[in-house]
Amino acid sequence: MAEKNFTITAETGIHARPATQLVNKAGQYESEVSLAYNGKSVNLKSIMGVMSLGVGQGAEVTIKAEGPDAEEAIQGLDEIMKQGLAE
Amino acid sequence: MSVQLNGIAASAGIAISKAFRLETPDLTVVKKTVENVEEELQVFDSALEKSKSELEVIKEKTKNDLGEDHAEIFSAHLLVLSDPELVDTIRQKVKDDKVNSSFALKEVSDTFITMFENMDNEYMKERAADIRDVSQRLLAHILGKPIVSLAELNEEVILIADDLTPSDTAQLNKDFVKAFVTDIGGRTSHSAIMARSMEIPAVVGTKSVTKSGEQGMQVIVDGLEGNVIIDPTEEELAEYRQKLADYEEKKKEWAKLVHEPSKSKDGQLVELVANIGTPNDLEGVINNGAEGVGLYRTEFLYMGRDELPTEEEQYEAYKKVVQNLDGKPVVIRTLDIGGDKELPYLDLPKEMNPFLGFRAIRLCLEKDDMFRTQLRALLRASVFGNLKIMFPMIATLDEFRQAKAILEEEKKKLQEDGKDVSDSIEIGIMVEIPSTAVMAPQFAKEVDFFSIGTNDLIQYTLAADRMNEQVSYLYQPYNPAILRLVKMVIDASHAEGKWTGMCGEMAGDELAIPLLLGLGLDEFSMSATSVLPARSQISQMTKSEAKEVAEKALLLNTADEVKELVEKSFL
Repeated sequence: MAEKNFTITAETGIHARPATQLVNKAGQYESEVSLAYNGKSVNLKSIMGVMSLGVGQGAEVTIKAEGPDAEEAIQGLDEIMKQGLAE
Repeated sequence: MSVQLNGIAASAGIAISKAFRLETPDLTVVKKTVENVEEELQVFDSALEKSKSELEVIKEKTKNDLGEDHAEIFSAHLLVLSDPELVDTIRQKVKDDKVNSSFALKEVSDTFITMFENMDNEYMKERAADIRDVSQRLLAHILGKPIVSLAELNEEVILIADDLTPSDTAQLNKDFVKAFVTDIGGRTSHSAIMARSMEIPAVVGTKSVTKSGEQGMQVIVDGLEGNVIIDPTEEELAEYRQKLADYEEKKKEWAKLVHEPSKSKDGQLVELVANIGTPNDLEGVINNGAEGVGLYRTEFLYMGRDELPTEEEQYEAYKKVVQNLDGKPVVIRTLDIGGDKELPYLDLPKEMNPFLGFRAIRLCLEKDDMFRTQLRALLRASVFGNLKIMFPMIATLDEFRQAKAILEEEKKKLQEDGKDVSDSIEIGIMVEIPSTAVMAPQFAKEVDFFSIGTNDLIQYTLAADRMNEQVSYLYQPYNPAILRLVKMVIDASHAEGKWTGMCGEMAGDELAIPLLLGLGLDEFSMSATSVLPARSQISQMTKSEAKEVAEKALLLNTADEVKELVEKSFL
């Protein structure tokens, strides 16, 4: 299992386009990937799950991956997050 | 018996053809127990595949016709169809409860729709509509009643619908859709704007066309007057065939003026330019012989998407327009959002009086990051032609000075970074607030030009919300009060050697044109399709008689008196 914390810096939070990018990326891995925010955790391969969290600017989120390619998944998602979405 | 309907004339022209009703098939879902779960899952999977490939096609077509931005919504739709929370949950439900997949889909999608609808964020609430749209498509395929695809039309029709969604309009084929009529919508609704840029006649807001228009019935659409006749009598058909022929004849006459200057009988030259929303409107601008762009509404770059457009995206759009106009003037208005135009992703608070609230330049000066991005894109695009920058909703000189100072700062930064910026960009303002019209002599010393936005100027001067039908009688373009304000602005600009344009509906209005010419307006900006009729009209009158009539009009008492005077003198 691998996990990583992020602080959202994008002004609009995780809205559709970044959410789309994250979900698309998560879908490339075999591992189960989740996004946790504010005590709730959702499947990061689900666009509706991710959007339903309503992650705004300044939010502290955690991405967790569990499975054979967990490390790669975290690394891949980290890259997307760092493209102006979070730090 | 023929049925006559009246609506809003949204796009000029006349069409006579067969009705094609665009309707959602009956997608009622009944709960059933299924014996063969595997078979049911196959039905579901094949519907899922069909929906996906349909969306891929729509997405590609939208991208080609309207650009990447407009296509993005369909990427989101596709992602919903791949969402495990939706797809796997439905499959599980079919297996566990032995229910039909349409029922399972309805249950699962309704849960999501309700969840999104109940969020206290406008943006999220709108996503509920996306999920509904996608679920309907999928459901239609499961039930074997696919939603009619407009892309597949192969004969000439008049489209009849409650309203047209962006996915409908994206699929319209001009060769077959001769006109459309809707129940709802106004002159500035999405479908109306599309109709004008595609140059097909349209009447919107008829309230009841879907009640009386049956599939295959003959329909007459008069997009000039806003009339629709369903199942017309022989006399009505003959009348409109004549009207159509006359209109075609007129269009031929107008077409001869494409490369002519806009000149009155006594030699007064004016500029007739077009209003555009996206680079896709350029074709219409050029085909209709507009002498430039008098208003490029940049809002469309920001709308129908989920986040702010980047500097690069904006730069590309502005550059394309400026380059295509090949040295002709292009007036680009900075972001005018707020009022009736919302951007869900900015998540602005709801206001009691949005038209008097936090909008346009007020918003841009506050959120100056967003403003600076746009200004940088504009400045960088300025080297490709004749770009002019215009600030909307300026109420005070301070606002103009602040906006201009930010522009100068960004210009300096770009130059320091070694980027090219044109040195001769004219900077002007919209005059749509009475305080600015009254103070025009002071403004004229500092701005390079004025452009009068009549839609707002009228609503602010007569204090009548233009979205409120009960006070629509106060929307009076010909009210002498408006004419006097227009005169003040024009005179003030001329006293300083500057120019004044107009970019509201009024500039292309047959009745207003003589008055505006008489008052000395330099530039008239209108829908591209109005340019040639206006040029023809101006070529048949003299500036001196227009001036005489305008001077009389200024002294009249009411809007009706003005109208009567113009009709008597010119029409």
